[in-house]
Amino acid sequence: MSVPIALLGLLEREPSHGYELKRDYDAYFGRGKALPFGQVYATLGRLARDGKVLPGEVEPGAGPDRKRYAITPIGKSEVETWLDTPIEPEPHLQTVLFEKVVLALMLGRSAEHYLDIQRGTHLQRMRELTELKRSGTAIDALLADHGLFHLEADLRWIDLTAARLDSLTAMVRS
Amino acid sequence: MSASQAADDAGQPAPILEAHDAQLSFGVTPALRGANLALVRGEILAVMGPSGSGKSTLLYCLAGILTPDTGEILFDGQRVDTMGEQERSRLRRDHFGFVFQFGQLVPELTAEENVALPLLLGGASRSRALDAARAWFEPLSLDGLERRRSGELSGGQAQRVALARGLVSRPEVLFADEPTGSLDSLTGEQVMELLVSATRRQGTTVVLVTHEARVAAYADREVVVRDGKANSLSAGRVRS
Repeated sequence: MSVPIALLGLLEREPSHGYELKRDYDAYFGRGKALPFGQVYATLGRLARDGKVLPGEVEPGAGPDRKRYAITPIGKSEVETWLDTPIEPEPHLQTVLFEKVVLALMLGRSAEHYLDIQRGTHLQRMRELTELKRSGTAIDALLADHGLFHLEADLRWIDLTAARLDSLTAMVRS
Repeated sequence: MSASQAADDAGQPAPILEAHDAQLSFGVTPALRGANLALVRGEILAVMGPSGSGKSTLLYCLAGILTPDTGEILFDGQRVDTMGEQERSRLRRDHFGFVFQFGQLVPELTAEENVALPLLLGGASRSRALDAARAWFEPLSLDGLERRRSGELSGGQAQRVALARGLVSRPEVLFADEPTGSLDSLTGEQVMELLVSATRRQGTTVVLVTHEARVAAYADREVVVRDGKANSLSAGRVRS
């Protein structure tokens, strides 16, 4: 997951200071690897330059973190497009799948809708691999099987997550 | 011209099988709460969903085994849900084939007699029915097993015999309810390969209920049943 999209997603929840964004990024998406403050402010600067966030007035106090940032319509549109675009099915995408679901739940968007379109994209790729297996050589079949088993694992995760959305929503929004 | 031979204004072939807002409850328990879907001739549709979501109930409604409380089921443009039991029975015998999870072969009969059963029930002579049945053994890799009874067949062999029985009358629609559910991965794959090859060759439409993504991937597209609801009214394209 890219840092800019994560920060935009967190800002769509509510306008925030840089340190709040860093705290929430580390809690939800850092997985043990903290986001450096420098990267937070550099990213916010680029997002502001591109019209995706709007820095507020400088607030009284010391230190660099005296601006509250808010997302703009362009920024919201970028988050929406990202959420609505299924990722290319390939092995080892669990982290991106996970991040999309968490962010969708956090923003009150339909995580179920995302899971549905992702399921459809995964199944389409599985159909292509199955066709390759049926029409190709034994080596093609071997490679296709490897992809099919990984995609199937993702799909099981998608189905299980879809079944748990109610409890996940309660947890993410608590 | 039958409804399925007609084309709609957009040039799409008319569906051969349709469900429109089909709903069915067992007592106070709703099993189907609004199923909408359409299949074109020759299409393979996977019906997916968690256990208890209503996917088998949907299959039984489409096949005229169960009748929805409300809504419509159409085969080739004709209402199935308003047919009497005899008419539905005739429809199933003449136009539909079935494969179930555990094969459900008749244990007292030989493999070839099991395959011939739909033809015998349809009034064919015993010799003609058995000849037609035997023709399915070689394409389904069942040669030499014609005289065995179901107890003498492996799970994969029994399921291939069940597949032959489902296809022997050259049905327009094959209903397959978890056809690989009782088989290991490799055997299940072989059964699916044979099912897809045979139905594509005959142009048979297939409704395939499965909870396995790898099985669903043999279909042209999928519909997900969730809490008794399914929506897939845009009939798909048939893979060549």
